[in-house]
Amino acid sequence: MAGGDDLKLLGMWASPYVLRVKLALSLKGLSYEYVEEDLRDKSELLVKSNPVHKKVPVLIHNGKPVSESLIILQYIDEAFAGTGPSLLPADPYERAVARFWAAYIDDKMLPALNQSAMGKTEEERAEGKKQSLVTVETLEGALRDCGKGKPFFGGDSAGYVDVVLGGLLGWVRASDELHGVKPFDPERTPLLAAWSERFGALEAVEPVMPDVSRLVEFGKMLKARLAAPPAAGASN
Amino acid sequence: MAEKGVKVFGMWASPMVIRVEWALRLKGVEYEYVDEDLANKSTNLLRYNPVTKKVPVLVHDGKPIAESTIIVEYIDEAWKGGYSIMPADPYERAQARFWARFAEEKCNAALYPIFTATGEAQRKAVHEAQQCFKTLETVLEGKKFFGGDAVGYLDIVVWYVHWLPVTEEVIGTSVVTDKELPLMKALFDRFLAVDAVKMAWAQALKRRKRPRLHPNPTSPSLPPSPPLPSHKSQRSRLGALLPPARLCGEARTR
Repeated sequence: MAGGDDLKLLGMWASPYVLRVKLALSLKGLSYEYVEEDLRDKSELLVKSNPVHKKVPVLIHNGKPVSESLIILQYIDEAFAGTGPSLLPADPYERAVARFWAAYIDDKMLPALNQSAMGKTEEERAEGKKQSLVTVETLEGALRDCGKGKPFFGGDSAGYVDVVLGGLLGWVRASDELHGVKPFDPERTPLLAAWSERFGALEAVEPVMPDVSRLVEFGKMLKARLAAPPAAGASN
Repeated sequence: MAEKGVKVFGMWASPMVIRVEWALRLKGVEYEYVDEDLANKSTNLLRYNPVTKKVPVLVHDGKPIAESTIIVEYIDEAWKGGYSIMPADPYERAQARFWARFAEEKCNAALYPIFTATGEAQRKAVHEAQQCFKTLETVLEGKKFFGGDAVGYLDIVVWYVHWLPVTEEVIGTSVVTDKELPLMKALFDRFLAVDAVKMAWAQALKRRKRPRLHPNPTSPSLPPSPPLPSHKSQRSRLGALLPPARLCGEARTR
C-alpha cells in the first residue's frame, strides 16, 4: 500500500454505529485518528464530509469520506483486503447471507429495540417489545442454522455480521439496568447470550467497548428527555 | 437430485423484482421466472424466504437469496467476468451503495405521499420529492448513466427510473420534468432504451394477469388483457391498473 494510509474516524462515543467501525478497524489491526463529535455542535469537517445526512460515523481515508456504518464496514474490508482477517466471506453466496442478516439487524431488529425503549407511549413500547422478541429469536435461529455450531456468525472467527451486531453490545449490556430487559436473554436466546460473552471477550473487542455505566447514565438522560424534542440524532 | 439453475420468485409489477431481472439479463444469465400471488404465497416462496416472506427471491442451484439490492450484488459476484454491475474501485463502490441507500430511503419516502395527497398537499409532496431527486441528480453530472458509460448498480436500484413515468400518469402530475430535473429525465429515456431493460419490461407486462378488483377510485373501468402494445401506451394501460401504495407495501423489499 502506498505511502501511509491516512484514516480518520468521526464518531460519538455512545453510538453503536460508530462502535461497529471501531470494531472492524480493531479486528483488521488498522490504526486511525479518532475525532469525537459533539452532535449538537457538529464540526465543519463532519458537515463537509457527510453533507447529505451530517451523521456519524464517517470514515475519511486519504481525504475521501465514506458514510453509513454498513457501507464503511464493506469499504474497510475491500480497501484493506490484504490487511488482517477478512470481514466478509469469500464465497458470493455466503456474502449474500451475511449481508442479509446485517440488513435484518438494522432494518428489523434495531428499530424494534429502539421502540421498546424509547417509544413515546406505553402501547408503542409494548409493540416494540413484542417485535424485539420476534426479531431476536429469528437472529438466534440464524446463529443456530447458519452458524452450524461455530462460535461466531462469521464461523471460527468474527466477521461482518458479528461486527454489525457487536456494535450494539454496549447498549445490550446497559439495557438490563436501564430498562430491566435483557435483549439477549440466556433463557430465551442462549446462543446469542453466549455469543455476547465470547465476542465481548475478544482481544480486539474488549479495549474498544464503551463503558457500560457511562452508557447507563447517558441512557437515563435520554429517557428523561423523551418528552422534549429529540437530541441531535446519533447515528446511522 | 441437486436443484440446478436460476429461479426468480417475483410479482410482475414489483419494481424490486425487475431490478433482479435487469441484473440477470445484463449478465446474460438464463433464469426461470415464477410469478407469485402475494395474497396467496406459494409454499416454495415461504420455504425459500421464511424470514421476510417477500419477493424477489433468487434461487441459484437450490440456494435462496432475498432482498433485491443484496441479490443484485450477488449476481455481480457469482457471475464474475462479462458485464460489471458494481464499480471496480472500493471507493466508487462505497459511493454507489451510499446513493442507492439514499434513493431507497429518502427518495422513496418522498414519493409515496404523492399518491395519496391531493391539491396543495400533493403539490408540496411533489416539491419535496423533486428536492430529493435534485440531490441524487448531482451524482449524474457529466455521466450518461449513474454507472458511467453503461448501466450500473445505482441505475438498477433507482427503480422509479422505470416506474415514474407510469406513476406520473396515474397521479396526473409530473415529478421529473425537463425544467426541474433535466439530467434525470434524460437518464430515464436512456435507461428505458437499454435492451435488457426493454426486454424485462416487455416480459413483465406479458405476465400481468387479468386484474382483480382493487378499490381504486381513480381508475377507469378495467380494460381486457391487452396484446403487447408499444412502449408509451403500455404505460397508460398499466397506470390505469396500478394500486401503487398497496403494491409497494406488499412487494417492497430492499
